[in-house]
Amino acid sequence: MADHIENPESPNQQSTINNQQSKPYLFDKPKNVKILLRCFYGALLVLLIIEFFLHKHPHFAWEGWPEFYAVYGFVACVVLVVVAKYILRPLVKREEDYYD
Amino acid sequence: MTDPVPPVIIFVVGALLVPFIKGRWKSAFLLAIPVVGLINLISIGEGTHWVVGFLDYRLVFGRVDKLSLLFGYIFHIIAFIAILYSLHVKDNLQHMAGLVYAGSALGAIFAGDLLSFFVFWEMLTVSSIFLIWTRRTNAALGAGFRYMLVHAAGGLCLLAGIVLHVNQTGSIEFGYLGLNGLGTYLIFFGFGLNCAWPLLHTWLTDAYPEATITGTIFLSAFTTKVAVYALARAFPGTEALIWIGAIMTGFPIFYAVIENDLRRVLAYSLINQVGFMVCGIGIGTALAINGAVCHAFNDILFKALLFMSMGAIMYRTGKINGTDLGGLYRTMPLTCVFCMVGAASISAFPLFSGFVSKSMVMDAAAGGHMRIIWFILLFASAGVFHHAGIKIPYFAFFSHDSGMRPKEAPIHMLFAMGIAAFLSVFIGVFPETVYSLLPYPVEYVPYTAPHVVGQTQLLFFSALAFTLLLLSGIYPAEMRCVNLDADWFYRKGGRLFFHVMDRTFNKINRVCERVFVGGITGSLARISRDVVPRFILLGMVSFWVLTGSRGEVLQMKKRNVYNDFLKGTLPVGIGAGVAGLFIILLFVLS
Repeated sequence: MADHIENPESPNQQSTINNQQSKPYLFDKPKNVKILLRCFYGALLVLLIIEFFLHKHPHFAWEGWPEFYAVYGFVACVVLVVVAKYILRPLVKREEDYYD
Repeated sequence: MTDPVPPVIIFVVGALLVPFIKGRWKSAFLLAIPVVGLINLISIGEGTHWVVGFLDYRLVFGRVDKLSLLFGYIFHIIAFIAILYSLHVKDNLQHMAGLVYAGSALGAIFAGDLLSFFVFWEMLTVSSIFLIWTRRTNAALGAGFRYMLVHAAGGLCLLAGIVLHVNQTGSIEFGYLGLNGLGTYLIFFGFGLNCAWPLLHTWLTDAYPEATITGTIFLSAFTTKVAVYALARAFPGTEALIWIGAIMTGFPIFYAVIENDLRRVLAYSLINQVGFMVCGIGIGTALAINGAVCHAFNDILFKALLFMSMGAIMYRTGKINGTDLGGLYRTMPLTCVFCMVGAASISAFPLFSGFVSKSMVMDAAAGGHMRIIWFILLFASAGVFHHAGIKIPYFAFFSHDSGMRPKEAPIHMLFAMGIAAFLSVFIGVFPETVYSLLPYPVEYVPYTAPHVVGQTQLLFFSALAFTLLLLSGIYPAEMRCVNLDADWFYRKGGRLFFHVMDRTFNKINRVCERVFVGGITGSLARISRDVVPRFILLGMVSFWVLTGSRGEVLQMKKRNVYNDFLKGTLPVGIGAGVAGLFIILLFVLS
């Protein structure tokens, strides 16, 4: 979650809506985003390690495999995005006024 | 206190009184309706109430058992939240439509017979259309008409099924039906349409994002959940539902990833969540049914919460497309937090409500050794986090800065979201509260260490996938576009149908006009103008020729008779003579 670092929006755009441009918000500082990402990666690491201290009682054999859920979650989402972007979107995307 | 009344009555009477109450009392009156309704509901004991004789049948307006009560409670709660959220609305029609809609849902779930159930089912459709039309845009008008036509088709299908079923069994009782015979298949299909089964789902993704800001909150809660209730009542353990449900959890998430309108993303995720319920009903074990209805209970809350947070953004900015939004956490922090609670709940994070119900369905699938189903459901669990859990809050509140600095949502909206958020967390932390309301006794323990860690891993690593895809630029950018879905068949197909009908029948019409109006009728008119004198002349000329008339004399006689007939100036005596001859002829011949 880092692409909202680039902040300085055009001043006229801001003044038309509100004149709070001087006030820095939480994620306007790159440092805060960095901290958030570090915490996130740290949590991932903890989750990977903690699994080895658990006594599992799986329904299916593969639930007992090390890091099954982590790998599945990651792979599932990559597959989801890749299929949606490279297969589904070219098939179904039309102009916004397609039905008008 | 007086005797309890059917819950639907309180809402419908309340709706009818809305236009007569003005000023500051209106808000109090609107909020009092679900409160009075809930007190009324609590005072109704389990059992069968309000049985009315109708023709040879018995209509039951109050079949109260654990299953209907659970839906009764949540419908009252969500009606309160939705009304609170819509207090700023000045349009009486919207309030009335919302109240009648909620009342119809209550009528349907407490109906103990198929006839009254059907009536409430149709009221549900009719009242909900007004929640779409009152947005008063062209898009809403069109979507409302499509919504109406699709539901009319589904309603007719259901009615046909009910008629066949009643004819076959002689009973109108609304209980377990199971799939046997055409009647039950039609009922099954009718329920399925309201449940947004795959290919029948497009009324939902088409109409919900076009409804009013407040109407969508009502819509997200009732239609599909009444259908879930109906399936749980009539078709538990029907194997087809397992697969239908699994497909419902899977396919919408692909659409949700590429959809730009954030309320439409939520509409797709609504189908995804209902898929878990349908799947659970199909598995049909006590655990699965408990999981399905418990998930319906939770989903009503967190889905409404997500729709409310998006509605608040729409209310403040007038925009809802991912391409137009971003960075709103700066000035709408409370809405942002509530949205994230909803996102965590729908994603089934531990300590949030989705976790304690979705996992019951997953466990039921695993307990039945349904490997493929289990994998699909797990995929959908990761996927729902991806689009509803991350995409919604991220594109609305973070992402690029849209430059907009709208005010925080109005106070009544914040309260409405706050109540839904509180309940979502409360149920997540104290699941026993909802478990005690479920139709079957619950032995399920959601919080075990492997389950918590497994689920957290699944979610965190799908978040990692999102982060990496976003940073690498692979994540599909939001685009202004329309994504085709099954509604293409009736939106474009409908037009094709129109053109074909237009060409064919209008052509036939034109040909008919030429042949019949211009051709045959004219000829007939011309012929019938002088058919009598010509016929007469035929006989007379032979007579005159025989009696020796020739040349000029013959021509004159012909002309005279012809003209006399055309003008009707024959001497009266001739007419009388002919009539007399005719009578004599009849007398002789008979």
